[in-house]
Amino acid sequence: MPAALQITAASPDPALLDLPWHIPLEDWPEDLLAALPRGISRHVVRFVRLSGRVIAIKEIGESVAYREYALLRDLDRLDVPSVVPVGVITGRRAPDGEPLDSVLITKHLRFSLPYRALFSRHLAPDMATRLIDALAVLLVRLHLTGFYWGDVSLSNTLFRRDAGEFSAYLVDAETGDMHPQLTRGQREYDLEIARVNIIGELMDLEAGGLLRDVDDTVLVGEMLVQRYNELWAELTEAEEFSSADRWRVSARIQRLNQLGYDVGELQMTTDIDGTTVQIQPKVVDAGHHHRRLMRLTGLDVQENQARRLLNDMDTYRVATDQLGEDEELVAHEWLSEIFEPAIAAIPRNLRRKLEPAEAFHEILEHRWYLAEKAGHDVSTQEAVASYVSSVLPNRPDEEAILGLDTATLRAISDTDTEIGVQR
Amino acid sequence: MASVTFDHATRVYPGSETPAVDALNLEVADGEFLVLVGPSGCGKSTSLRMLAGLEDVNSGRILIGDRDVTDVQPKDRDIAMVFQNYALYPHMSVADNMGFALKIAGTPKAEIRQRVEEAAKILDLSQYLDRKPKALSGGQRQRVAMGRAIVRSPQVFLMDEPLSNLDAKLRVQTRTQIASLQRRLGVTTVYVTHDQTEALTMGDRIAVLKDGLLQQVGTPREMYDTPKNIFVAGFIGSPAMNLGQFKVADGKANLAETHIPLTREVLDSLTAEDNNEITLGFRPESLDTTTEGDVGAFPVTVDLVEELGSDAFVYGQLANKEAAQAITSGAGESQMIVRVDPRRPPLKGDTVWVKIREGEQHHFSPATGLRLPS
Ligand SMILES: Nc1ncnc2c1ncn2[C@@H]1O[C@H](COP(=O)(O)OP(=O)(O)OP(=O)(O)O)[C@@H](O)[C@H]1O
Ligand SMILES: Nc1ncnc2c1ncn2[C@@H]1O[C@H](COP(=O)(O)OP(=O)(O)O)[C@@H](O)[C@H]1O
Ligand SMILES: [Mg+2]
Ligand SMILES: [Mg+2]
Repeated sequence: MPAALQITAASPDPALLDLPWHIPLEDWPEDLLAALPRGISRHVVRFVRLSGRVIAIKEIGESVAYREYALLRDLDRLDVPSVVPVGVITGRRAPDGEPLDSVLITKHLRFSLPYRALFSRHLAPDMATRLIDALAVLLVRLHLTGFYWGDVSLSNTLFRRDAGEFSAYLVDAETGDMHPQLTRGQREYDLEIARVNIIGELMDLEAGGLLRDVDDTVLVGEMLVQRYNELWAELTEAEEFSSADRWRVSARIQRLNQLGYDVGELQMTTDIDGTTVQIQPKVVDAGHHHRRLMRLTGLDVQENQARRLLNDMDTYRVATDQLGEDEELVAHEWLSEIFEPAIAAIPRNLRRKLEPAEAFHEILEHRWYLAEKAGHDVSTQEAVASYVSSVLPNRPDEEAILGLDTATLRAISDTDTEIGVQR
Repeated sequence: MASVTFDHATRVYPGSETPAVDALNLEVADGEFLVLVGPSGCGKSTSLRMLAGLEDVNSGRILIGDRDVTDVQPKDRDIAMVFQNYALYPHMSVADNMGFALKIAGTPKAEIRQRVEEAAKILDLSQYLDRKPKALSGGQRQRVAMGRAIVRSPQVFLMDEPLSNLDAKLRVQTRTQIASLQRRLGVTTVYVTHDQTEALTMGDRIAVLKDGLLQQVGTPREMYDTPKNIFVAGFIGSPAMNLGQFKVADGKANLAETHIPLTREVLDSLTAEDNNEITLGFRPESLDTTTEGDVGAFPVTVDLVEELGSDAFVYGQLANKEAAQAITSGAGESQMIVRVDPRRPPLKGDTVWVKIREGEQHHFSPATGLRLPS
């Protein structure tokens, strides 16, 4: 009686059944695989094309697979940037009856850039800082929702371009734990794990001659701790002032908004004679600009991209003299007059280069550059045309491989990154 | 190295009425391997995480050596959580993989090399130090990961179910390796598992927890031979101890046609709350087969015989159907386990007469669950 394959998924894709589950992942035929770079891992991980998209498959023990699946679902529900789980497959057997490990399947995060690819290229001068900033933002966000990661590392994070900055996504929830609230010890320990792992990962790239533009790996690790602590303080710490300075209440809220957070609850207390006021944010939600843009236009983009798009929308509002108009109407007009035509002007064959919102961000940058050069304003339309003909074709194809030379790609790829201690 | 002390350590999770760990008092001696064991949810991991600094201690204290670490941050406690997810770095040599945390801490190169070499010797990795992790076998890689914790020479190792992801065979192997390594290093170790066999085979001493309360702490032998209460009696040992509810009359423990004489001391320690009842515990290997009519003999109907080569176990129940439910074991309600001669096992459906070997029964108060002197 051969044990049956069991698929647990919210909406199972029947095409999953066609994959060769009876073969250990390591030995899957090349033609199924998508050769995209990955981080270091103990388990075997492969990318596979399926029904017009790419999925990530990880071979892992059954109980851990279900656990990680459930945690990723929780994170997804809580809107935390993380890879999206597809399902778990158990009951795999080789033709000779030998049981094979279960697998966890996630959606491959499109346009994501693993750190090994990023750090191996010539970086813009402050690239390392930006990546670390993105990871600090992610870690603060996870901690605010009560998620203890337990294995924070660059390998367990994916980066996506976000309007010139980066956004970080969690990719490995294996050791995580959801709590109602984290203790200071849990946060500090996560930070310490992060610091040591980041330095280790950079030292590894250094040892392999793959690290460019970073002199002091230890400093980069410490930067994370510093950025995390700064952000955490801004988001959670109490602030005290004289009751005459009540403007500081709205100033704090504004500052949090600018950082990309909505304030769900702000606690305000006064001392007995009412001379000093204390305020402390109690509930803050990341994604302030993301949510606002979503509400106005239905566009689902990353935080900084949203900020950028909203800025352009505001500029449009002023330029078209619609300050008194209803915000939603203007947003609708901006979408159909500016954003959509710009994206539509990108030829189909160049669309795999960048996400639409990121391309729009670059168009805005390009417009600014053209205007500087010309000494007068340039329309978005003109900027799009120039961008499509002179900038975009030279960009690496980020949805697929990342403009790395083949030797580097080989050095950071496959067999090299899987050095499991698991078995 | 150092001792570890839980001094009335208590953790109440926010939103919960009852403590997950309730006034835990426990001393782990310098160099000792202590195993925290108990059923799921009993508070093992919470106890370990309090020691690690990951959970707040709501009342009580935790000491490492003479140092009160209750409010010290995890990274400043000089402990190592072993077998956490240690990634190995492909471009770094085995030596660098083991020593890089020291390098980050600014330890001088010569000292790093010396500590790495010492650890490598203990771990049998000396000849691999200049290789890359890729050239190592799975077991050797695991030891490199272990080496990373060792070179830091922390005061205490903490391990939380480190073997739970391994298959059965590798689990037994790794269990022995960890235990012998710990003995060679002599580092104080606190180890969490829900598996009592793991606890018995690995620990110098075992602490059994239930519902956040410490039940008993002692050597494997003590836990096995003199369990302090009914819970520990039923939890430690595999297959589990049989526990029977007997009526006390005429100086005997009585259940249907079985009458087992009790000593004066046992009888005297019973109280009015026990309501003329007593709980008797007897391990499967404390039963001898005998014949009907022997004093204290009882008949067992055989449901299943488990033959293990060197041993055979009968899973059955008391032949008297009304009385059967008074006996339980790890095999379930109304179930009894008997070790029998593997060369002459009975058949399913047979009735065998068994008797508790002289001096091998355990007595407990039904009212308090506590062990009675005997
Ligand atoms: N959904 C995904 N989208 C993009 N990349 C992915 C995805 N899933 C996994 N990866 C890549 O595969 C690598 C390994 O995956 P993962 O971290 O889950 O494996 P692991 O064996 O559990 O790692 P660890 O050794 O840290 O426990 C990641 O670093 C990432 O680069
Ligand atoms: N973060 C938490 N928040 C609330 N309750 C918890 C948390 N962690 C554990 N508990 C509860 O505390 C008790 C002990 O849990 P735990 O220490 O994990 O037990 P064990 O390790 O023995 O399985 C359980 O009842 C569990 O539900
Ligand atoms: Mg990982
Ligand atoms: Mg993992």
